[in-house]
Amino acid sequence: MDKAVTTHKLTKKFGDFVATDEITFEVAQGEIFGFLGANGAGKTTAMRMLCGLLTPTSGEATVAGYDVYTQPEQIKQRIGYMSQRFSLYEDLTVRDNIRFYGGIYGLSRAELKTKSASIIRELGLDSVADALVESLPLGWKQRLAFSVALIHDPKVVFLDEPTGGVDPITRRQFWDKIYEAAHNGTTIFVTTHYMDEAEYCDRVSIMVDGRIKALDTPTELKRTYGVDSMDGVFQILARGTSGK
Amino acid sequence: MIEVENISKAYGETRAVQDVSLSVEAGELFGLIGPDGAGKTTLFKILVTLLLPDAGRATVAGRDVVKDFRALRSMVGYMPGRFSLYPDLSVEENLHFFATVFGTTIAANYNLIREIYVQLEPFKNRRAGALSGGMKQKLALCCALIHKPEVLFLDEPTTGVDAVSRKEFWEMLGSLKKRGLTILVSTPYMDEASLCDRIALMQTGKLLAIDTPSGVEKLFKKPLFAVKANDTYRLIQDLRQAPFTITCYAFGEFLHLTTRDGFSEQQIAHYLAERQHQAVEIRPIEAGIEDSFMDLMQHG
Repeated sequence: MDKAVTTHKLTKKFGDFVATDEITFEVAQGEIFGFLGANGAGKTTAMRMLCGLLTPTSGEATVAGYDVYTQPEQIKQRIGYMSQRFSLYEDLTVRDNIRFYGGIYGLSRAELKTKSASIIRELGLDSVADALVESLPLGWKQRLAFSVALIHDPKVVFLDEPTGGVDPITRRQFWDKIYEAAHNGTTIFVTTHYMDEAEYCDRVSIMVDGRIKALDTPTELKRTYGVDSMDGVFQILARGTSGK
Repeated sequence: MIEVENISKAYGETRAVQDVSLSVEAGELFGLIGPDGAGKTTLFKILVTLLLPDAGRATVAGRDVVKDFRALRSMVGYMPGRFSLYPDLSVEENLHFFATVFGTTIAANYNLIREIYVQLEPFKNRRAGALSGGMKQKLALCCALIHKPEVLFLDEPTTGVDAVSRKEFWEMLGSLKKRGLTILVSTPYMDEASLCDRIALMQTGKLLAIDTPSGVEKLFKKPLFAVKANDTYRLIQDLRQAPFTITCYAFGEFLHLTTRDGFSEQQIAHYLAERQHQAVEIRPIEAGIEDSFMDLMQHG
């Protein structure tokens, strides 16, 4: 079985502060992996290390088969990344954003043309293809950002709270896209504060104070902690962690 | 305590708030529920006298939001969606600053914020900008309360906050309500709606419904089923093709399936068995607030 992500005792310290404390886990190719934790639990630090943006203090990690210490550039070429804060250029058009990101990832002129056309068609953006991204509703932007994050057919796509602020239907349409991508073999690594979304993941890890406190399927986690929802699991594990 | 009559506000072509009317009773915890772009922030800014409406009128605590804005400002507490304290001032300095601006002291109204402020006290000399998200939120709430307002306006206080901190925040609102404060709070999280006395559902500038949380749930009239099987992706695809289906959406562990009238669980089970779905569970359920909201969005 191919592993999309592996970590062994992965650790990051900032001075005396241990942001990520010996985390060990594996994510299979094509899996939807939910990476949960309270604000400040160390999720962002861990994700930055996996994206090749931050060198770990100790431990091991590979992403798409590449080592985070020695091959961060190879990793960057094989992953997609999307967050609410950083995604598209608001003052470029839909078409220009697609072309820009496609160009960065080294797509050929012909590939760019096919990709642009298929993304625009699939998302139903024909009428606004030459409009500035800032004029689009938030839900459209999110779906476009997701398609753009997949433009170079990455092995793994990292989604950092991708669905914040949208209406419940748009949020579910976004998850339809996630399911589709996973079904086509892309590994999904996702953080969220919506606990119902945790239920949509194949497996979920919950970080507390830099450590992974639990990791299993939603069904098993609920059984282990004797509750009927992932919110219940989260409240048990993450509550009572002081200073947050 | 809050009366809104036919308020409208546009920014150029964008009609941010369209003909909104609602009223909030004294002592009520009232929720404005809706996604980004619903018009929640615009309505809040009008009610706390930071923005003039294009049409309509509104009063808060008996004062007109346009004519009596000066008197009104000292009677409302406002916590904007974006963190708006001074990041370079310490926790204590921020609180002192807001108390002074409103002509009062921390000591005079300390009992109102005590429960929340004790959690911040160990960090009172820390710069506000260096606080964690949950702590910033608590400090902002203290600063909005320090002049003892009659009405508290909280614009998306829990957006981007983790599930544990969100729960703690709502516990704080519960105890403020017990002290008689009227609270208008906005949120994009549907699960928080059930914690309010009454809610208004809002979408692209318009109100979809105003009712108690259970009243909103009862607005949903169609047959609704929770469905589960071992291959969720294929289950969604197949159910959306089914002749009985109106909508099918993921809802946590289950899918929520809205059907036309006159179809039974057995018919749904038969349809799924024909398509080789394994470990199928189907049961009729009562709609939640989110089901109602989604239904009203499409057909309201």
